[in-house]
Amino acid sequence: MIEKFVSLNTVGVPLDRGNVDTDAIIPARYLKTLKRTGLGVGLFFAWRYDAGGAELPDFPLNRPSFRGGEVLVTGENFGCGSSREHAVWALMDFGFRAVIAPSFSDIFHSNCLKNGLLPVTLPAADVRSMIDALLAAPGGKVAVDLPAQTVRGPGGDIHPFRVDPFAKQCLLEGLDEIAMTLTAAAEIDRYERERKKATPWLFPDLAG
Amino acid sequence: MPTLFEKIRDRHVVTRRGDDVLLYIDRQLIHEVTSPQAFEGLRLAGRTVRRPGAMLAVPDHNVPTTPDRSVRIEDQGSREQIQALRENTLGAGIALFDITDPRQGIVHIIGPESGLVLPGITVVCGDSHTGTLGAFGTIAFGVGTSEVEHVLATQTLWQRMPRRMRVTVNGALRPLVTPKDVILAVIAKIGASGGTGYAIEFSGETIRKMSMEGRMTVCNMTIEAGARFGLIAPDETTFAYLKGRPLAPPPSLWDAAVSDWKTLPSDPDATWDREVALDASNLEPHVTWGTSPQDALPVGGVVPDPEAQPDPSERARMRRALEYMALVPGTRLTAIPVDKVFIGSCTNSRIEDLRAAAAVAKGRKVHASVTALVVPGSGLVKRQAEEEGLDRVFVEAGFQWRLPGCSMCLGMNPDKLKPGERCASTSNRNFEGRQGPGGRTHLMSPPMAAAAAVTGRIADVREVAR
Repeated sequence: MIEKFVSLNTVGVPLDRGNVDTDAIIPARYLKTLKRTGLGVGLFFAWRYDAGGAELPDFPLNRPSFRGGEVLVTGENFGCGSSREHAVWALMDFGFRAVIAPSFSDIFHSNCLKNGLLPVTLPAADVRSMIDALLAAPGGKVAVDLPAQTVRGPGGDIHPFRVDPFAKQCLLEGLDEIAMTLTAAAEIDRYERERKKATPWLFPDLAG
Repeated sequence: MPTLFEKIRDRHVVTRRGDDVLLYIDRQLIHEVTSPQAFEGLRLAGRTVRRPGAMLAVPDHNVPTTPDRSVRIEDQGSREQIQALRENTLGAGIALFDITDPRQGIVHIIGPESGLVLPGITVVCGDSHTGTLGAFGTIAFGVGTSEVEHVLATQTLWQRMPRRMRVTVNGALRPLVTPKDVILAVIAKIGASGGTGYAIEFSGETIRKMSMEGRMTVCNMTIEAGARFGLIAPDETTFAYLKGRPLAPPPSLWDAAVSDWKTLPSDPDATWDREVALDASNLEPHVTWGTSPQDALPVGGVVPDPEAQPDPSERARMRRALEYMALVPGTRLTAIPVDKVFIGSCTNSRIEDLRAAAAVAKGRKVHASVTALVVPGSGLVKRQAEEEGLDRVFVEAGFQWRLPGCSMCLGMNPDKLKPGERCASTSNRNFEGRQGPGGRTHLMSPPMAAAAAVTGRIADVREVAR
């Protein structure tokens, strides 16, 4: 289910790395769950803690000035690798509501929209200067306005961003996508009937 | 004019919404890790599985690869996910290849083996390596759990047309150079995000000459270049592989199916948004040195120097990667010792992979400082390998011969690296901690991994096997 998203004005948390993969976001051993909740404990585990389980003080999520921030600002190709939706669940469980990056992996981007975590794509130079500003003056605020499709950086700089109109509507209203698709049930039925005639070899019962 | 992808897509459109189409999904494969929350979502909403007969489930990520697994699985989380898969599939009437089923194996391996992956279909799985199945000329892609649930409930998914990329590979592969080396070279060339937003079709004589096993290896790692889809046009090799498999079209429908499949390949005048060419005739075995699959080099190379990299963010990434991998620029790749060798995963655990590794292992011994695992991709691969005597070759050489599963690819079951251990691996990801916290991964082909096992270091298999 999509959690409603409207706007944020919150501490920006800089994660100055590119190609952050979903194994780094949530290591595989945390995937052994039957639930969508509680995954925040494993978020960026290998980067947040040392081998003895103590917090690594330099990692941004552990620095007091970044605590409680709800916008992650990070490098290109964020969320590459595994399709695990647990990566999105972990970010949201930890408290993030938006991620700003120059680019996202396709599956991660899709998973974000299904849950109400807003992926914001901005030009690499803009993200670079936002990360630099947040590192130079920790605690700086980032505002994300979905209806207006703008981000305001810590220096008051305004950046418009693009979002698919349908995804925007789903995020703003917290819509149930399956319920919407099921309104096309008659068309799915008709498609199946026609397809069964055209390509009957695609309809054995795999459980039969 | 249309491409293979566009032809398949056009025949699966149920309805449209702006730029998106509601795509009918012919098949869904299911495993224990990414499905429990999808079934829970259905229950909470009071929904049912629309077409259970179009689904096949298998436990693979969590399963131990040792014989005691049929008695008891020690890890509680693993046990619970496998049990949940049983209950969810039984409750919905979905076919399950359970742990003791001789057909159990890695989800991307068992689909093709059973003949349920056919040219021209759409198939999804809650797993990013689903692109593997594009080797059959299908739209096959990995989805998140919300989309798994959407397919369970509706047998459809909303999709936007990806951009079209064609990667053309020409030239005969030299001895001991494999499809794995081809795809590692492609990823190194276009980068880990070079394929983002694209469906990649692989073509050219090198691809045409590959077996289905080799084609699956190529398509499997398309996601490591960022592309959700990797496709290869179906041809006689595809049809020969499928004929007679349990879920392939029966004799009465076979000719009709083949004539249909022959209409699928991209038209000669199809339009591409990007074209990439690779000459494979001089390709060398490849190995990764870093923590992204794009960090692949010919085995004769040296660990690169970040300071020579002009782009500051790439320089920073390379520095981090070398620090994690504990490597020094300028070191010859063949001077890097390994602690473990893993031959397996959805990339390289098919019969051909095991034959290629066994040919190197035969008559040699695993180095005293190395622990080496061979994990067949499925029960059927295992049986065939044993019929061919490959298991004896491996065991006599000192490799462990295991039961099928994802094993040491991803650190979710007992097969994992300890912190600081270095592994020569035939899997697909060398991310930090992928094979276990603190573990270090070097990706390579099965014969290269076998060469690493017997020498105790990364080695050029062409010298070892000489």
